[in-house]
This record gives sequence, C-alpha cells and structure tokens, in this order.
Amino acid sequence: MFRNSITRSLAPSTRSLRAQAQWSIVRPFSASTSRLNSDYSESGFKPLDMFTEEEEMIRETVQRFANEVIQPKVREMDENEQMDPVIIKGLFEQGLMGIETSAAHGGSESSFTSAIIAIEELAKVDPSVSVLCDVHNTLVNTVLRKYATEAQKAKWLPLLATEQLGSFCLSEPASGSDAFALQTRAKKVGDDWVLNGTKMWITNSYEADIFLIFANVDPSKGYKGITCFLATKDMGIQIAKKEQKLGIRASSTCTLNFDDLKIPSENVIGGEGKGYKIAIEILNEGRIGIAAQMLGLARGAFSLSVPYTYTRSQFSQPVGTFQSMAHSFASAATRIETAKLLTYNAARRKEHGLPFVKEAAMAKWWSSKVAQEVSGDAIEWMGGVGFTRETGAEKYWRDSKIGAIYEGTSNIQLQTIAKFIKEEYGS
Amino acid sequence: MHPSSARLLNILVPVKRAVDYAVKIRVNPQQTGIDLNVKHSMNPFDEIAVEEAVRIRERLSKGSEPVTITALTIGPAKSIETLRTALAMGADSAVHVEIPESAPAPEPLGVAKAIKAVIEKQKEKEGVDMVILGKQAIDDDLGQTGQMLASLLGWGQATFASKVELDLDAKNATVTREIDGGLEQVRVKFPMVITTDLRLNEPRYASLPNIMKAKKKPVTKLTPTDLGVSLEPQMEVIKVVEPPKRVGGSKVESVDELVEKLKTAGFTAV
Repeated sequence: MFRNSITRSLAPSTRSLRAQAQWSIVRPFSASTSRLNSDYSESGFKPLDMFTEEEEMIRETVQRFANEVIQPKVREMDENEQMDPVIIKGLFEQGLMGIETSAAHGGSESSFTSAIIAIEELAKVDPSVSVLCDVHNTLVNTVLRKYATEAQKAKWLPLLATEQLGSFCLSEPASGSDAFALQTRAKKVGDDWVLNGTKMWITNSYEADIFLIFANVDPSKGYKGITCFLATKDMGIQIAKKEQKLGIRASSTCTLNFDDLKIPSENVIGGEGKGYKIAIEILNEGRIGIAAQMLGLARGAFSLSVPYTYTRSQFSQPVGTFQSMAHSFASAATRIETAKLLTYNAARRKEHGLPFVKEAAMAKWWSSKVAQEVSGDAIEWMGGVGFTRETGAEKYWRDSKIGAIYEGTSNIQLQTIAKFIKEEYGS
Repeated sequence: MHPSSARLLNILVPVKRAVDYAVKIRVNPQQTGIDLNVKHSMNPFDEIAVEEAVRIRERLSKGSEPVTITALTIGPAKSIETLRTALAMGADSAVHVEIPESAPAPEPLGVAKAIKAVIEKQKEKEGVDMVILGKQAIDDDLGQTGQMLASLLGWGQATFASKVELDLDAKNATVTREIDGGLEQVRVKFPMVITTDLRLNEPRYASLPNIMKAKKKPVTKLTPTDLGVSLEPQMEVIKVVEPPKRVGGSKVESVDELVEKLKTAGFTAV
C-alpha cells in the first residue's frame, strides 16, 4: 500500500511537464518510479525563491521606488488617512498599474509572479500603497483581461494602465462573506442599465475613476442574476462615507451609493448573469495578492525592528543578543519563510495553469496570521519606542489585522481548505 | 569621426557591476579584500552616466537627430544584469566583454584599453562620438578609467561633470566641472570622454514596461582575446584592513571648553 502511494506520487504528470517549459527541460523524466539525481538537476526544478532575471529587476525597481518615494510619506499618509496623489502617479509612471496588461494595451506585459513581487515589496514599506496596487492589478485589471470583449479591453485597459485608478465593488452592508446575497439591483431601461443600491468597504473608491460593480439584474434567479458592470465616476457614483480605520488608513475605504446610476449596456463585462463566476474566480487570484501583501508587511516589520535590537543595549549587551530574543527572531524568520513559500508556490501554480485554489487560500490565511504575529512581536522587540507612532513598528501591527478579514475572512479560507480535504479524504 | 546634422550621435556608456552602496562592507578573514558575497548593482556614477546619455537623446530627439546609446561592461557572466539595467534605463544595445568568474577584477588601464578596442571595432560601423562614464567606481574608488581612456584615444576629456551642454553645429560641448575650488567650465571638441559627478542628474527608475522591453534589446558578447587586449593585473593588493573603530567622544560643559578642546586637537579658525 505504502509502495503504491510512492509510485503514484512519483509518476510525472505530463501536464505539469509541459507547464514546466518555462524552466528549460533538457530531457524528460526517466520512466522509472525512483527519481535519479539527474532528473532534478537537468529538469530545471528550481527553489521557490529563485526568480527570472526580469522578476529580480522588477523587485529591485519596486524596492527602490518604495524606499525613495513612498517611505518618506508613509507616516504622514497614515496620520492624515489620505493617499498622496504623487504616489499614485508614481505607481502609474513605473508601469506598476498594468503589470500583467499587454504592451499593446499600454501595460508592462509581465508575469503574475511579477505582480506578486511588486505587491510584496510595496507592502514592505507601506501596506496601504500595496493594497491599492493589488486591488487595481489582481482584481480590476484581471477581470477585464479575462472577461471583457476586445473592444472593452481596448477602451479600458490602457486607461487603467496609465492614468485611471480602478475599484472593485462587491461587498454591501448586508453582504460580506455571503457575497452573493448582494442586493444592488440593475434594471434595463432602453439601452441602459439603471443601478440602485449601496456598496460598502470599497478599497480605492475615494481616488478611483473606474468601478467594477456587481449588481443583480434578476433576483428571481438568485446568484445567477449577478452581473458585472463597469462604471466611471462621472456617471454619478456618490461617496457616502469614508471609513476611519484601525489600519491601512491611507487606503481609502468608502461606502458608495448608486441612485439611479445609468450605465450603458456596452459596459456589461462578461455577459449578463456571469458576475458570480467572475467574482469567485477573481477572488481566488486576489487571495495570492493579499498573501503577498501580508508577507511584505511581516518582512517590513522584521527588518525595521531586528537591526534596532542590535544597537539598543541593556545590561551591557545589545538586547537582540539575549537568547530569548534571538530565539524569537529565529521563530519569526521561519514563519516568514513559510509564508513566502506558500505565497510563491501558489503564484507559480497559477502561472503554470495548475489548480491553485486550495494553495491560495492556505497562503492568504497563513500569511495574514504570520503578519500579525511577527508585527506584534516586532513592537515588543523594540520596547517602548516600538509603541510610539514615530518608529513605524506599531503601524505594521495595525495594518496586519485587516489581512484576516478582507478578500475572504480567515474562516472562509479555512472553509475552502476544509472542502478540499473532505473531497480528498471523505467518502 | 565628427557628427554632422544628417548623422547619428553615438554614445558609448561603459558601466561597472560593483558592490551595492547600501551593503555593510566586511573585510575578508585573509585581509586581502572585502566579502564579495553581497548584493551588487550598477556603480551609482555609471547610472548617472546612462541617465545623462538618455537625457541627451531626449533633448536632441526634438530635432531629427537619432542618438544611439550603447552600454558596455567588462566583467564575469553576472555582469549581464548591469547591462540589462542600462537597457531598461534606455540604452539601445549592449556589449558584454566577458571574463571568467575566477579572473581578477580588471584594473582601469586594462578597462580603458578594452573600451578603446571596442570603440575601434565600432569605427567599422558608425563610430563613437562620445564616451560617458562614472568618475569612479565605488568599490575601488580609483577614478582613473575615463582619463586613461581619453589619453589612449587622444580625445578631449571633461571629468567630474556636473553639467553637459552639447553644441552639435559647433561640434563641441561645454561642460561644467566640479573641482576643489568650486566649478570650472571647459569646452571640449568631439569626440570626447566625459566622466560624471554626483550632481549631474538623478537617474530614473527602470519602469516595468522598460524592463520588459530590455529583454529584446541586443547584447553582443566579446572576450578580451577578441579585442586583442590583456587584462593582466598590474597591481597587487597587499593588505586590506578596516578603519580603526570609533572611540567615544566626550561631552563639554561650555562653548569656551569646546574651543579649548578644538585648539588642543589642532583645529584653528580659518
């Protein structure tokens, strides 16, 4: 029985072989059930934290941009609960707002992993800026790239890649986790759709020009009536309230009102009744983005606090050299490593067309947990100064809390993972 | 080779892969050098050089002068990363003079000879009108390559440039140089060698679309043998040690005490 399970797990899946083509395969796996050393060295299996040259360059560029342009404004934006327009403009100029968009549509035509890298490096400096970039890329841009018609892509993707911020409007006062109980209604009136309803907890909405709004065209069909509409701010979207939050304060989170909002029928994305499918699929991807944000946050907290502990001395030694502190660092670094591997494995699986829903849920749930733990520890490592708003350590901890809540709460992630387990092990 | 209005302006920008400026340098246990197992990136002064070349092109593109920018590096296989950065910043093509990983770091005279050889190869095509390079590399701080190159080529040189203004019709450039006493302006004819100083410009970030475009730009590979150049080191590093550790200072109670202490230490008023 044990032997059978080994042979089954070692038999190469031809689908994954083809998918590995990105890393050059010199020869296919040997047909035997045991792996030869040469299978690994020649087949191109590389560690998860090894990236292509372009991906490394992108990481470097985003790191520099984040350190030089964003870092000086982080505290001010957090205190004022306001994203600096200079930063949004900078993100557009760096090509970070159309990372996967094709060059023909004005984008950077990079890989999904490149987007994940960018989100991670932005979060290391400011998780608020990171989520702005994440929602814009992995939710708004991806919906259009996957489900829009060629004409719609040609019209909207260039704007989104170069100048206009996007927002993803699904949640409502009465529907968060139970997303598809949404109540925003869309009625066909002539050639237009007229939307009425309220959306809540909408990221980027204060600064956005382009909104993807999920509304039901036929409640009698239940979730099958949910449709995705693209609206622009000037069609009459009203910002009813801007939330004052515990963390990611510079990221705008607003309640939006639609009062007979008129949207031309050519702005229906993916077709009537397809909104449910679009939202589900897109949120699976978005999960990896949030995992990357939380990973970057944890790394940011860690690299802010640990060096400090080697300069702060008490009882004639740097506090970072006390054994308990050192062990604490080791434990945190290990957990950050796990979050990193989960996140990048999920990203690579998605890139290679492999099933990734379970891995994405695991990455998001786990990364948000690690982020909260590590950023909390980081404050304690720094002692009193960690508790003041001046150093920036406490900001990471406040920012981390949302990781367990948005884009699918931790309970929802666990539920998703549990479903896979039941399928695999249950009867 | 002099540029005329119907011809291209060809700029060559040699760049060096050096230890990143932010790295905490550590001397190796043998005291023969520093630990090189650290992050490397393009020498900051070379970034300024690439940026200046790109800005020259942007300024001239308003007319009908197409400008080509070629990046060049002499280094092991890993140096290709530095060329990619130059390409992503706006260089059109690159030349990689590859040396073995185990080879000693090239010295300025060897580098200058190699650059000269590349320029001579280019003469067979459209030639090089201008070489812009960093005034020094931040790893060895030697600051000799530009000057040696100009001398080997018999070209004019304008070093420590903080401002460069080209006059293509008059076939020269007016360069403001940062010198110890202040600023000096020189006029230098084409073809010329310019070395960059810190305040010449602030280099742009390589944006994502440019990084992706850089993938498709051509890179020519050469070896020192192809160029007929020997990179044998002329210098031998005998010893490298860390600077003495900082000793603590002392606090003073009054301005008078401060002045006294300064006098004793040998600091007199100017």
